[in-house]
Amino acid sequence: MTILLIVIVVLVIYVIAAYNSLVSAKNQVDNAWRQIDVQLKRRHDLIPNLVEAVKGFMNFERETLTQVVEARAKAVNAPDQASRMAAENQITAGMGKLLAVMENYPQLKSDQNVMQLQEELTTTENQIAFSRQAYNDAVLTLNTRTERFPGNLIATNFGFKSADYFKAAPEDQAVPKVDLGLTPRA
Amino acid sequence: MPAASDFRALERRNRRDTVMLIGAFVIVFLLIGCAFDFLAGTLQIHQGHIYGAPIFMVLALIFASVQSTVSYFGGAPLILLSVHAQALTPDTPKHQMVLDVIQEMALASRLPVPKAYFIPDPAPNAFATGRNPEHSVICVTQGLIDNMDREELQGVIGHEMSHIADYDIRTMMMVAVLVGGIAMLSDFMVRMSFFNRNDRDSDHRDGGIIVILMIVLAVIAPMLSQLIAMAVSREREYLADASAVEFTRNPRALLRALQRIAETESPLKEGVRGTAHLFIVNPLAANADDDGGFFASLLSTHPPLRKRIERLQAMLAAPTAAASLSDRA
Repeated sequence: MTILLIVIVVLVIYVIAAYNSLVSAKNQVDNAWRQIDVQLKRRHDLIPNLVEAVKGFMNFERETLTQVVEARAKAVNAPDQASRMAAENQITAGMGKLLAVMENYPQLKSDQNVMQLQEELTTTENQIAFSRQAYNDAVLTLNTRTERFPGNLIATNFGFKSADYFKAAPEDQAVPKVDLGLTPRA
Repeated sequence: MPAASDFRALERRNRRDTVMLIGAFVIVFLLIGCAFDFLAGTLQIHQGHIYGAPIFMVLALIFASVQSTVSYFGGAPLILLSVHAQALTPDTPKHQMVLDVIQEMALASRLPVPKAYFIPDPAPNAFATGRNPEHSVICVTQGLIDNMDREELQGVIGHEMSHIADYDIRTMMMVAVLVGGIAMLSDFMVRMSFFNRNDRDSDHRDGGIIVILMIVLAVIAPMLSQLIAMAVSREREYLADASAVEFTRNPRALLRALQRIAETESPLKEGVRGTAHLFIVNPLAANADDDGGFFASLLSTHPPLRKRIERLQAMLAAPTAAASLSDRA
Protein backbone atom coordinates (compact mmCIF):
# COMPACT_ATOMS: atom_id res chain seq x y z
CA MET A 1 0.00 0.00 0.00
CA THR A 2 2.72 2.45 1.03
CA ILE A 3 4.83 1.43 -1.94
CA LEU A 4 1.92 1.98 -4.31
CA LEU A 5 1.37 5.41 -2.78
CA ILE A 6 5.04 6.32 -3.22
CA VAL A 7 4.98 5.16 -6.85
CA ILE A 8 1.90 7.27 -7.56
CA VAL A 9 3.36 10.35 -5.87
CA VAL A 10 6.64 9.98 -7.81
CA LEU A 11 4.70 9.57 -11.06
CA VAL A 12 2.56 12.62 -10.40
CA ILE A 13 5.63 14.70 -9.58
CA TYR A 14 7.30 13.52 -12.79
CA VAL A 15 4.27 14.40 -14.90
CA ILE A 16 4.01 17.85 -13.33
CA ALA A 17 7.72 18.52 -13.86
CA ALA A 18 7.67 17.29 -17.46
CA TYR A 19 4.51 19.28 -18.22
CA ASN A 20 6.00 22.45 -16.77
CA SER A 21 9.22 22.05 -18.71
CA LEU A 22 7.17 21.63 -21.91
CA VAL A 23 5.21 24.77 -21.10
CA SER A 24 8.38 26.78 -20.53
CA ALA A 25 9.95 25.43 -23.74
CA LYS A 26 6.81 26.38 -25.68
CA ASN A 27 6.77 29.85 -24.15
CA GLN A 28 10.42 30.28 -25.11
CA VAL A 29 9.53 29.46 -28.71
CA ASP A 30 6.58 31.88 -28.71
CA ASN A 31 8.66 34.59 -27.14
CA ALA A 32 11.51 34.07 -29.60
CA TRP A 33 9.02 34.35 -32.46
CA ARG A 34 7.70 37.62 -31.04
CA GLN A 35 11.28 38.91 -30.85
CA ILE A 36 11.74 38.29 -34.58
CA ASP A 37 8.49 40.13 -35.22
CA VAL A 38 9.56 43.11 -33.12
CA GLN A 39 12.78 43.43 -35.08
CA LEU A 40 11.07 43.07 -38.45
CA LYS A 41 8.62 45.84 -37.54
CA ARG A 42 11.48 48.04 -36.39
CA ARG A 43 13.12 47.51 -39.76
CA HIS A 44 9.91 48.48 -41.56
CA ASP A 45 9.94 51.74 -39.59
CA LEU A 46 13.56 52.43 -40.43
CA ILE A 47 13.38 51.96 -44.19
CA PRO A 48 11.53 55.26 -44.89
CA ASN A 49 14.16 57.04 -42.77
CA LEU A 50 16.89 55.44 -44.83
CA VAL A 51 15.25 56.54 -48.07
CA GLU A 52 14.85 60.05 -46.66
CA ALA A 53 18.49 60.18 -45.54
CA VAL A 54 20.08 59.03 -48.81
CA LYS A 55 17.61 60.93 -51.02
CA GLY A 56 20.01 63.85 -51.33
CA PHE A 57 22.83 61.63 -52.52
CA MET A 58 22.00 61.12 -56.16
CA ASN A 59 22.16 57.65 -57.60
CA PHE A 60 22.96 55.97 -54.33
CA GLU A 61 22.24 52.36 -55.20
CA ARG A 62 18.89 53.46 -56.58
CA GLU A 63 18.04 50.04 -57.89
CA THR A 64 18.70 48.20 -54.60
CA LEU A 65 16.92 50.90 -52.68
CA THR A 66 13.84 50.57 -54.87
CA GLN A 67 13.90 46.81 -54.41
CA VAL A 68 13.98 47.21 -50.63
CA VAL A 69 11.14 49.71 -50.61
CA GLU A 70 9.02 47.48 -52.84
CA ALA A 71 9.75 44.43 -50.74
CA ARG A 72 8.78 46.37 -47.63
CA ALA A 73 5.42 47.30 -49.19
CA LYS A 74 4.91 43.65 -50.08
CA ALA A 75 5.78 42.53 -46.54
CA VAL A 76 3.46 45.05 -44.89
CA ASN A 77 0.52 44.09 -47.15
CA ALA A 78 1.28 40.38 -47.29
CA PRO A 79 -1.89 38.25 -47.20
CA ASP A 80 -0.22 35.34 -45.45
CA GLN A 81 2.80 34.40 -43.39
CA ALA A 82 4.66 32.63 -46.21
CA SER A 83 4.58 35.52 -48.68
CA ARG A 84 5.41 37.93 -45.86
CA MET A 85 8.52 35.93 -44.96
CA ALA A 86 9.54 35.79 -48.62
CA ALA A 87 9.30 39.60 -48.79
CA GLU A 88 11.21 39.95 -45.51
CA ASN A 89 13.97 37.78 -46.92
CA GLN A 90 14.16 40.09 -49.92
CA ILE A 91 14.54 43.08 -47.60
CA THR A 92 17.29 41.30 -45.69
CA ALA A 93 19.20 40.61 -48.87
CA GLY A 94 18.80 44.20 -50.06
CA MET A 95 19.73 45.71 -46.71
CA GLY A 96 22.86 43.57 -46.49
CA LYS A 97 23.94 44.91 -49.83
CA LEU A 98 23.06 48.51 -48.99
CA LEU A 99 24.91 48.48 -45.68
CA ALA A 100 27.96 46.99 -47.35
CA VAL A 101 28.11 49.57 -50.15
CA MET A 102 27.44 52.51 -47.83
CA GLU A 103 31.08 52.23 -46.82
CA ASN A 104 32.08 53.27 -50.33
CA TYR A 105 30.29 56.62 -50.16
CA PRO A 106 32.44 59.13 -48.23
CA GLN A 107 29.68 61.77 -48.48
CA LEU A 108 27.33 59.39 -46.65
CA LYS A 109 29.90 58.61 -44.00
CA SER A 110 30.45 62.29 -43.20
CA ASP A 111 26.74 62.78 -42.52
CA GLN A 112 26.09 62.21 -38.84
CA ASN A 113 22.42 61.37 -39.29
CA VAL A 114 23.29 58.76 -41.86
CA MET A 115 25.95 57.28 -39.59
CA GLN A 116 23.44 57.05 -36.77
CA LEU A 117 20.91 55.47 -39.08
CA GLN A 118 23.51 53.05 -40.38
CA GLU A 119 24.26 51.89 -36.84
CA GLU A 120 20.56 51.48 -36.17
CA LEU A 121 20.05 49.49 -39.37
CA THR A 122 23.10 47.33 -38.73
CA THR A 123 21.98 46.44 -35.23
CA THR A 124 18.45 45.76 -36.47
CA GLU A 125 19.76 43.41 -39.16
CA ASN A 126 21.94 41.67 -36.56
CA GLN A 127 19.06 41.44 -34.11
CA ILE A 128 16.87 39.88 -36.79
CA ALA A 129 19.58 37.32 -37.46
CA PHE A 130 20.20 36.62 -33.78
CA SER A 131 16.53 36.39 -32.91
CA ARG A 132 16.03 33.87 -35.73
CA GLN A 133 18.95 31.91 -34.37
CA ALA A 134 17.52 32.11 -30.83
CA TYR A 135 14.15 31.01 -32.19
CA ASN A 136 15.71 27.95 -33.80
CA ASP A 137 17.57 27.15 -30.57
CA ALA A 138 14.26 27.38 -28.71
CA VAL A 139 12.55 25.15 -31.28
CA LEU A 140 15.33 22.60 -30.90
CA THR A 141 14.78 22.48 -27.14
CA LEU A 142 10.99 22.18 -27.50
CA ASN A 143 11.20 19.50 -30.21
CA THR A 144 13.72 17.47 -28.23
CA ARG A 145 11.39 17.52 -25.24
CA THR A 146 8.26 16.64 -27.21
CA GLU A 147 9.91 13.83 -29.18
CA ARG A 148 12.08 12.12 -26.59
CA PHE A 149 10.72 9.20 -24.57
CA PRO A 150 8.99 9.35 -22.11
CA GLY A 151 8.40 13.08 -22.52
CA ASN A 152 6.61 12.40 -25.81
CA LEU A 153 3.81 10.53 -23.94
CA ILE A 154 3.09 13.64 -21.88
CA ALA A 155 3.48 15.91 -24.90
CA THR A 156 0.92 13.94 -26.93
CA ASN A 157 -1.53 13.74 -24.04
CA PHE A 158 -1.46 17.46 -23.38
CA GLY A 159 -1.37 18.45 -27.05
CA PHE A 160 2.17 19.83 -27.31
CA LYS A 161 3.39 19.89 -30.90
CA SER A 162 6.83 20.21 -32.40
CA ALA A 163 7.51 23.64 -33.85
CA ASP A 164 8.93 24.42 -37.30
CA TYR A 165 12.43 25.75 -37.72
CA PHE A 166 12.94 29.13 -39.28
CA LYS A 167 14.43 28.38 -42.67
CA ALA A 168 16.39 31.18 -44.25
CA ALA A 169 16.06 31.90 -47.94
CA PRO A 170 19.09 30.81 -49.97
CA GLU A 171 20.26 34.40 -50.50
CA ASP A 172 19.72 34.92 -46.80
CA GLN A 173 22.34 32.47 -45.64
CA ALA A 174 25.09 35.05 -45.19
CA VAL A 175 22.95 37.35 -43.07
CA PRO A 176 24.68 36.97 -39.69
CA LYS A 177 27.85 38.22 -41.32
CA VAL A 178 26.29 41.39 -42.62
CA ASP A 179 28.58 43.50 -40.46
CA LEU A 180 31.69 41.95 -41.95
CA GLY A 181 31.26 44.22 -44.92
CA LEU A 182 31.59 47.22 -42.66
CA THR A 183 35.09 46.47 -41.50
CA PRO A 184 38.17 45.60 -43.49
CA ARG A 185 38.79 41.91 -43.03
CA ALA A 186 42.03 41.13 -41.27
CA MET B 1 23.47 21.91 -30.05
CA PRO B 2 22.62 21.18 -26.41
CA ALA B 3 23.25 24.76 -25.31
CA ALA B 4 20.29 25.07 -23.00
CA SER B 5 20.91 21.87 -21.07
CA ASP B 6 24.61 22.69 -20.83
CA PHE B 7 23.87 26.00 -19.23
CA ARG B 8 21.55 24.35 -16.78
CA ALA B 9 24.25 21.88 -15.71
CA LEU B 10 26.74 24.71 -15.30
CA GLU B 11 24.17 26.69 -13.37
CA ARG B 12 23.70 23.79 -10.94
CA ARG B 13 27.44 23.56 -10.44
CA ASN B 14 27.63 27.28 -9.79
CA ARG B 15 24.81 27.08 -7.27
CA ARG B 16 26.73 24.39 -5.42
CA ASP B 17 29.97 26.37 -5.63
CA THR B 18 28.27 29.46 -4.23
CA VAL B 19 26.80 27.53 -1.29
CA MET B 20 30.18 25.95 -0.57
CA LEU B 21 31.89 29.30 -0.83
CA ILE B 22 29.54 30.91 1.66
CA GLY B 23 29.94 27.88 3.94
CA ALA B 24 33.75 28.15 3.80
CA PHE B 25 33.48 31.88 4.38
CA VAL B 26 31.36 31.41 7.52
CA ILE B 27 33.74 28.73 8.84
CA VAL B 28 36.79 30.93 8.29
CA PHE B 29 35.07 33.73 10.16
CA LEU B 30 34.10 31.40 13.01
CA LEU B 31 37.76 30.34 13.31
CA ILE B 32 38.88 33.93 13.34
CA GLY B 33 36.23 34.73 15.95
CA CYS B 34 37.41 31.76 17.98
CA ALA B 35 40.97 33.06 17.91
CA PHE B 36 39.73 36.44 19.08
CA ASP B 37 37.85 34.82 21.94
CA PHE B 38 40.98 33.10 23.23
CA LEU B 39 43.02 36.24 22.78
CA ALA B 40 40.55 38.48 24.58
CA GLY B 41 39.99 35.89 27.31
CA THR B 42 36.28 35.44 26.66
CA LEU B 43 37.13 31.76 26.08
CA GLN B 44 39.73 30.07 28.24
CA ILE B 45 41.24 26.59 28.45
CA HIS B 46 41.67 25.17 31.98
CA GLN B 47 42.77 21.55 32.42
CA GLY B 48 41.34 20.45 29.13
CA HIS B 49 38.01 22.23 29.56
CA ILE B 50 36.84 25.32 27.74
CA TYR B 51 35.18 28.05 29.77
CA GLY B 52 33.58 31.34 28.91
CA ALA B 53 31.18 32.86 26.43
CA PRO B 54 32.30 32.90 22.74
CA ILE B 55 31.26 36.50 22.20
CA PHE B 56 33.57 37.02 19.25
CA MET B 57 32.44 33.82 17.56
CA VAL B 58 28.84 34.98 17.79
CA LEU B 59 29.86 38.39 16.46
CA ALA B 60 31.82 36.72 13.65
CA LEU B 61 28.80 34.58 12.75
CA ILE B 62 26.56 37.65 12.65
CA PHE B 63 29.14 39.56 10.64
CA ALA B 64 29.61 36.67 8.15
CA SER B 65 25.84 36.31 7.66
CA VAL B 66 25.35 40.03 7.17
CA GLN B 67 28.36 40.21 4.85
CA SER B 68 27.07 37.27 2.77
CA THR B 69 23.61 38.79 2.46
CA VAL B 70 24.97 42.22 1.58
CA SER B 71 27.35 40.62 -0.94
CA TYR B 72 24.54 38.70 -2.60
CA PHE B 73 22.23 41.65 -3.04
CA GLY B 74 24.72 44.51 -3.21
CA GLY B 75 27.79 42.82 -4.66
CA ALA B 76 27.45 44.15 -8.19
CA PRO B 77 27.19 47.85 -7.20
CA LEU B 78 30.10 47.35 -4.77
CA ILE B 79 32.28 45.87 -7.51
CA LEU B 80 31.31 48.59 -9.98
CA LEU B 81 32.18 51.17 -7.34
CA SER B 82 35.57 49.60 -6.62
CA VAL B 83 36.62 49.63 -10.30
CA HIS B 84 35.26 53.18 -10.75
CA ALA B 85 32.74 52.15 -13.41
CA GLN B 86 30.20 54.60 -14.85
CA ALA B 87 26.86 53.92 -16.50
CA LEU B 88 27.18 53.60 -20.26
CA THR B 89 24.91 56.02 -22.12
CA PRO B 90 24.55 56.48 -25.90
CA ASP B 91 26.49 59.77 -25.77
CA THR B 92 28.92 58.82 -28.55
CA PRO B 93 28.41 56.66 -31.67
CA LYS B 94 30.84 54.09 -30.24
CA HIS B 95 28.95 53.89 -26.95
CA GLN B 96 25.70 53.50 -28.89
CA MET B 97 27.32 50.63 -30.76
CA VAL B 98 28.27 48.90 -27.49
CA LEU B 99 24.70 49.21 -26.22
CA ASP B 100 23.42 47.80 -29.54
CA VAL B 101 25.84 44.89 -29.46
CA ILE B 102 24.81 44.06 -25.88
CA GLN B 103 21.19 43.98 -27.04
CA GLU B 104 22.12 41.74 -29.98
CA MET B 105 23.96 39.25 -27.79
CA ALA B 106 21.12 39.27 -25.24
CA LEU B 107 18.82 38.22 -28.09
CA ALA B 108 21.24 35.55 -29.27
CA SER B 109 21.49 34.08 -25.78
CA ARG B 110 17.77 34.53 -24.99
CA LEU B 111 18.55 36.45 -21.79
CA PRO B 112 17.31 39.78 -20.46
CA VAL B 113 19.43 42.74 -21.57
CA PRO B 114 22.08 43.44 -18.90
CA LYS B 115 22.81 46.96 -17.68
CA ALA B 116 25.87 48.49 -19.34
CA TYR B 117 28.79 50.19 -17.59
CA PHE B 118 32.23 51.34 -18.65
CA ILE B 119 35.58 52.08 -17.01
CA PRO B 120 37.43 55.09 -18.45
CA ASP B 121 40.70 53.19 -18.80
CA PRO B 122 42.74 52.59 -21.98
CA ALA B 123 43.46 48.88 -21.25
CA PRO B 124 41.03 46.72 -23.28
CA ASN B 125 39.06 44.54 -20.89
CA ALA B 126 35.53 43.59 -19.83
CA PHE B 127 33.61 41.75 -17.14
CA ALA B 128 30.08 40.77 -16.19
CA THR B 129 28.62 40.52 -12.72
CA GLY B 130 25.34 40.31 -10.82
CA ARG B 131 23.34 37.76 -8.84
CA ASN B 132 21.31 36.37 -11.77
CA PRO B 133 20.55 37.14 -15.43
CA GLU B 134 17.68 39.43 -14.39
CA HIS B 135 20.09 41.51 -12.28
CA SER B 136 23.21 41.42 -14.40
CA VAL B 137 25.71 44.02 -15.49
CA ILE B 138 28.23 44.09 -18.31
CA CYS B 139 31.16 46.45 -17.85
CA VAL B 140 33.69 47.26 -20.59
CA THR B 141 36.72 49.54 -20.56
CA GLN B 142 36.99 52.56 -22.82
CA GLY B 143 40.10 50.84 -24.22
CA LEU B 144 37.97 47.92 -25.37
CA ILE B 145 35.44 50.26 -26.97
CA ASP B 146 38.20 52.15 -28.79
CA ASN B 147 40.17 49.13 -29.97
CA MET B 148 37.44 46.74 -31.10
CA ASP B 149 35.34 46.78 -34.23
CA ARG B 150 31.76 45.63 -34.12
CA GLU B 151 32.47 41.98 -34.81
CA GLU B 152 35.17 41.74 -32.16
CA LEU B 153 32.93 43.47 -29.66
CA GLN B 154 30.27 40.84 -30.37
CA GLY B 155 32.78 38.13 -29.48
CA VAL B 156 33.71 39.80 -26.19
CA ILE B 157 30.10 40.56 -25.20
CA GLY B 158 29.11 37.01 -26.23
CA HIS B 159 31.77 35.72 -23.82
CA GLU B 160 30.31 37.85 -21.03
CA MET B 161 26.75 36.78 -21.85
CA SER B 162 27.71 33.15 -21.39
CA HIS B 163 29.14 33.96 -17.93
CA ILE B 164 25.70 35.43 -17.21
CA ALA B 165 23.81 32.48 -18.73
CA ASP B 166 25.52 29.86 -16.56
CA TYR B 167 25.54 31.95 -13.34
CA ASP B 168 29.34 32.26 -13.30
CA ILE B 169 28.67 35.89 -12.50
CA ARG B 170 27.10 35.06 -9.17
CA THR B 171 29.88 32.76 -8.00
CA MET B 172 32.50 35.22 -9.18
CA MET B 173 30.76 38.14 -7.54
CA MET B 174 30.57 36.33 -4.21
CA VAL B 175 34.25 35.42 -4.48
CA ALA B 176 35.18 39.03 -5.19
CA VAL B 177 33.18 40.55 -2.37
CA LEU B 178 33.81 37.86 0.26
CA VAL B 179 37.51 37.67 -0.54
CA GLY B 180 37.68 41.40 -0.01
CA GLY B 181 36.03 40.91 3.39
CA ILE B 182 38.49 38.24 4.51
CA ALA B 183 41.50 40.25 3.42
CA MET B 184 40.21 43.25 5.35
CA LEU B 185 39.60 41.30 8.52
CA SER B 186 42.93 39.49 8.50
CA ASP B 187 44.75 42.80 8.11
CA PHE B 188 42.87 44.01 11.14
CA MET B 189 43.78 40.83 13.02
CA VAL B 190 47.50 41.14 12.40
CA ARG B 191 47.37 44.62 13.86
CA MET B 192 45.34 43.43 16.87
CA SER B 193 47.72 40.58 17.66
CA PHE B 194 50.77 42.86 17.79
CA PHE B 195 48.83 45.27 19.92
CA ASN B 196 47.81 42.62 22.41
CA ARG B 197 51.02 40.67 22.72
CA ASN B 198 52.85 43.19 24.95
CA ASP B 199 50.65 42.96 28.00
CA ARG B 200 49.59 39.35 28.13
CA ASP B 201 52.07 36.86 26.75
CA SER B 202 53.97 36.54 30.07
CA ASP B 203 51.12 35.05 32.13
CA HIS B 204 49.22 33.12 29.41
CA ARG B 205 51.05 30.14 28.05
CA ASP B 206 48.01 29.07 26.01
CA GLY B 207 47.71 32.63 24.79
CA GLY B 208 51.11 32.37 23.11
CA ILE B 209 50.03 29.39 21.05
CA ILE B 210 46.79 31.10 20.16
CA VAL B 211 48.62 34.20 19.02
CA ILE B 212 50.83 32.10 16.75
CA LEU B 213 47.76 30.30 15.42
CA MET B 214 46.12 33.62 14.81
CA ILE B 215 49.06 34.98 12.91
CA VAL B 216 49.21 31.84 10.80
CA LEU B 217 45.52 32.21 10.12
CA ALA B 218 45.94 35.87 9.33
CA VAL B 219 48.59 34.99 6.77
CA ILE B 220 46.77 31.97 5.36
CA ALA B 221 43.30 33.48 5.09
CA PRO B 222 44.03 35.91 2.26
CA MET B 223 46.11 33.27 0.45
CA LEU B 224 43.29 30.78 0.85
CA SER B 225 40.78 33.23 -0.47
CA GLN B 226 43.04 34.05 -3.38
CA LEU B 227 43.36 30.34 -4.18
CA ILE B 228 39.57 29.96 -4.18
CA ALA B 229 39.34 32.84 -6.61
CA MET B 230 41.82 31.16 -8.94
CA ALA B 231 40.40 27.66 -8.74
CA VAL B 232 36.94 28.84 -9.65
CA SER B 233 37.75 30.91 -12.68
CA ARG B 234 40.25 29.36 -15.09
CA GLU B 235 38.27 26.68 -16.92
CA ARG B 236 35.24 28.96 -16.92
CA GLU B 237 37.08 31.17 -19.36
CA TYR B 238 37.50 28.32 -21.88
CA LEU B 239 33.82 27.41 -21.53
CA ALA B 240 32.71 31.02 -21.94
CA ASP B 241 34.89 31.31 -25.05
CA ALA B 242 33.16 28.26 -26.51
CA SER B 243 29.71 29.60 -25.69
CA ALA B 244 30.57 32.98 -27.18
CA VAL B 245 31.20 31.15 -30.45
CA GLU B 246 27.86 29.42 -30.04
CA PHE B 247 26.06 32.75 -29.65
CA THR B 248 27.84 34.61 -32.44
CA ARG B 249 28.10 31.53 -34.71
CA ASN B 250 31.44 33.06 -35.59
CA PRO B 251 34.70 31.83 -33.99
CA ARG B 252 36.57 34.57 -35.80
CA ALA B 253 34.88 37.34 -33.75
CA LEU B 254 36.29 36.41 -30.36
CA LEU B 255 39.51 35.08 -31.88
CA ARG B 256 40.29 38.44 -33.43
CA ALA B 257 39.26 40.26 -30.24
CA LEU B 258 41.66 38.16 -28.15
CA GLN B 259 44.44 38.60 -30.68
CA ARG B 260 43.95 42.33 -30.56
CA ILE B 261 43.97 42.33 -26.77
CA ALA B 262 47.18 40.27 -26.83
CA GLU B 263 48.76 42.97 -28.99
CA THR B 264 47.63 45.93 -26.94
CA GLU B 265 47.56 44.49 -23.43
CA SER B 266 48.43 46.90 -20.67
CA PRO B 267 47.44 46.48 -17.03
CA LEU B 268 44.36 48.24 -15.72
CA LYS B 269 45.16 51.25 -13.60
CA GLU B 270 42.22 50.87 -11.24
CA GLY B 271 42.54 48.84 -8.06
CA VAL B 272 41.39 45.46 -9.29
CA ARG B 273 43.34 42.96 -7.17
CA GLY B 274 40.21 41.52 -5.55
CA THR B 275 38.26 41.53 -8.81
CA ALA B 276 40.90 40.29 -11.28
CA HIS B 277 39.09 36.96 -11.79
CA LEU B 278 36.00 38.74 -13.11
CA PHE B 279 37.66 40.14 -16.22
CA ILE B 280 37.85 38.52 -19.66
CA VAL B 281 41.66 38.82 -19.64
CA ASN B 282 43.85 39.18 -16.56
CA PRO B 283 43.87 42.91 -15.77
CA LEU B 284 47.01 42.61 -13.61
CA ALA B 285 49.37 41.01 -16.11
CA ALA B 286 51.71 43.31 -17.98
CA ASN B 287 51.33 40.88 -20.85
CA ALA B 288 48.31 38.57 -20.80
CA ASP B 289 50.02 36.17 -23.17
CA ASP B 290 52.61 35.31 -20.54
CA ASP B 291 51.90 32.13 -18.60
CA GLY B 292 55.28 32.41 -16.88
CA GLY B 293 55.94 28.73 -16.10
CA PHE B 294 54.29 26.23 -13.79
CA PHE B 295 53.90 28.26 -10.59
CA ALA B 296 52.76 31.39 -12.30
CA SER B 297 50.15 29.40 -14.21
CA LEU B 298 49.08 27.64 -11.00
CA LEU B 299 48.48 31.00 -9.34
CA SER B 300 46.94 32.67 -12.36
CA THR B 301 43.23 33.48 -12.51
CA HIS B 302 43.20 33.22 -16.31
CA PRO B 303 44.46 30.71 -18.85
CA PRO B 304 47.14 32.28 -21.04
CA LEU B 305 45.65 34.13 -23.98
CA ARG B 306 47.82 32.10 -26.35
CA LYS B 307 46.06 28.86 -25.32
CA ARG B 308 42.62 30.42 -25.65
CA ILE B 309 43.51 31.71 -29.11
CA GLU B 310 44.74 28.23 -30.09
CA ARG B 311 41.45 26.67 -29.02
CA LEU B 312 39.45 29.20 -31.02
CA GLN B 313 41.63 28.58 -34.05
CA ALA B 314 40.86 24.88 -33.70
CA MET B 315 37.14 25.72 -33.75
CA LEU B 316 37.61 27.83 -36.83
CA ALA B 317 39.27 24.88 -38.54
CA ALA B 318 36.48 22.49 -37.54
CA PRO B 319 33.20 24.34 -36.96
CA THR B 320 31.54 21.35 -35.33
CA ALA B 321 34.25 21.29 -32.67
CA ALA B 322 32.61 24.33 -31.10
CA ALA B 323 29.62 22.31 -30.02
CA SER B 324 31.69 19.41 -28.71
CA LEU B 325 33.91 21.77 -26.77
CA SER B 326 30.97 23.24 -24.95
CA ASP B 327 29.71 19.70 -24.30
CA ARG B 328 32.78 18.86 -22.32
CA ALA B 329 31.58 20.78 -19.26
